[in-house]
Amino acid sequence: MTWEPLLLTFKLALVTTILLFVVAIPLAYWLAFSKSRIKPVIETLVSMPLVLPPTVLGFYFLIAFSPNNSFGNWLDSFLGIKLVFSFTGLVIASIIYSLPFMVHPIQSGFSSISSTLKDASYVMGKSKFNTLINILLPNIKPSLLTGIILAFAHTVGEFGVVLMIGGSIPGSTKVASIAIYDEVEALNYGAANFYSLVLFGVTFSILLLVYLINGGYLKRFWK
Amino acid sequence: MIHINIEKKLKAAQGDMLLNVDIKIKKGQLVTLYGESGAGKTSTLKILSGLLKADKGNITVGNKSWFNSDTKINSAPQKRNIGYVFQDYALFPHMTVLQNLEYALVKNQSKDIISEVLEIMELGSLKDRKPETLSGGQKQRVALARALVQKPEILLLDEPLSALDIKIRLKLQDYLLKVHKKYNLTTILISHDIGEIHKLSDWVFVLKNGVIEKMGTPTEIFINKKLSGKFKFKGEVLKIEKEEIVYVVSVLIFNDVVKIIAQESEVKNLNPGDNVIVASKAFNPIIYKIE
Repeated sequence: MTWEPLLLTFKLALVTTILLFVVAIPLAYWLAFSKSRIKPVIETLVSMPLVLPPTVLGFYFLIAFSPNNSFGNWLDSFLGIKLVFSFTGLVIASIIYSLPFMVHPIQSGFSSISSTLKDASYVMGKSKFNTLINILLPNIKPSLLTGIILAFAHTVGEFGVVLMIGGSIPGSTKVASIAIYDEVEALNYGAANFYSLVLFGVTFSILLLVYLINGGYLKRFWK
Repeated sequence: MIHINIEKKLKAAQGDMLLNVDIKIKKGQLVTLYGESGAGKTSTLKILSGLLKADKGNITVGNKSWFNSDTKINSAPQKRNIGYVFQDYALFPHMTVLQNLEYALVKNQSKDIISEVLEIMELGSLKDRKPETLSGGQKQRVALARALVQKPEILLLDEPLSALDIKIRLKLQDYLLKVHKKYNLTTILISHDIGEIHKLSDWVFVLKNGVIEKMGTPTEIFINKKLSGKFKFKGEVLKIEKEEIVYVVSVLIFNDVVKIIAQESEVKNLNPGDNVIVASKAFNPIIYKIE
């Protein structure tokens, strides 16, 4: 029983959430405002991790990232990146796996903003980027917070994908959910209980915080 | 001179509608687009400002072409320098009044204009308030002030006063006239209020189902020419009171409330809020100079 798997879990969740935030904003913006014909296809792809068994995702990552394959081989020889059984690989897989949890709240935030705010900013000569940063994002703070927290919590709860492409390398890919599974297999219920309790407590607190903030209970602290 | 000659297929509630307008507006004029909701008034403003793209046609302002479907010119809304007051005011909720105005500054523009519009619109005492704490009339003044910050040549007003009560509306009409003259604006107003149109505008375009049905001065459009009265004014009925055997109808004509004696048969179909014409013939008016 060590803190290492727990720390690794939160490190993975943190890195994933930060990168996901950067990726999700342009994607959500496009999904909310584009009238492109391929939009339904992209929307479907973004939502796929909601319904697909994580093992399916993990399986294809395993195939794609494997050095025996052209893509994995190219990554390895040109960029020197090994994505299978590595922390970097876990981050990339987690970004895809948690994508809808970040994109959907932000997308619905963008859609719910009155379009005249955007129009007003444009006729004042402000660029689309300027409008996004100064007008749109500050007005969807609750959606941003929901996206960040859900993506973080969902990454903490990841199991199938990590099991498939992470293996169980201590300090590198052995996150808490995997550690619990390992301990139970070894009939080490005490350790499994320890990891489980911490995960339970942390995720409960995080979600509670979101509902408190977005429900306006803590409004005086969030302004 | 602004020349808008465009076509655009719109998806309206009652099905598709073809917006097909050809209007010319002289520099410095204040014109009104009048018509039922869904006639294409807001879409016309959006097309002029570049927020909506017309299917074909052209828009020329002065000697510049803003849109031309043949030569594929379509300048971005950011480039057109238009002041736009939206129907819902579109104030940025996370910014104070002052921040809203400052956001509208063009790059490297001097901040002098901010204090100037704050003063003209009498907003000095409200400048640190957030929009959600303002009344409708105050929001309206902020929206108008903000539209003036970038010193536009063209001001577009989408039913700016429709949600306000009559007293505030009259006051804001004065503000509008003041800034229209002060900044040499060419102003396009969307309005349903015939009294307001009379007071403010030089020219009216009546839009029906996407096409211009009529145009002319407010008097030509709204006042029935068959009437032979020598004096006639457009007004709005404020109150109908019964006194002894006659009725007294209070009518708002521009800024003045006029009391008119009427018979029961005349007030039968009148209700407060109705637009009426007050006319008189065969009487001897007195004329004298003020001051």
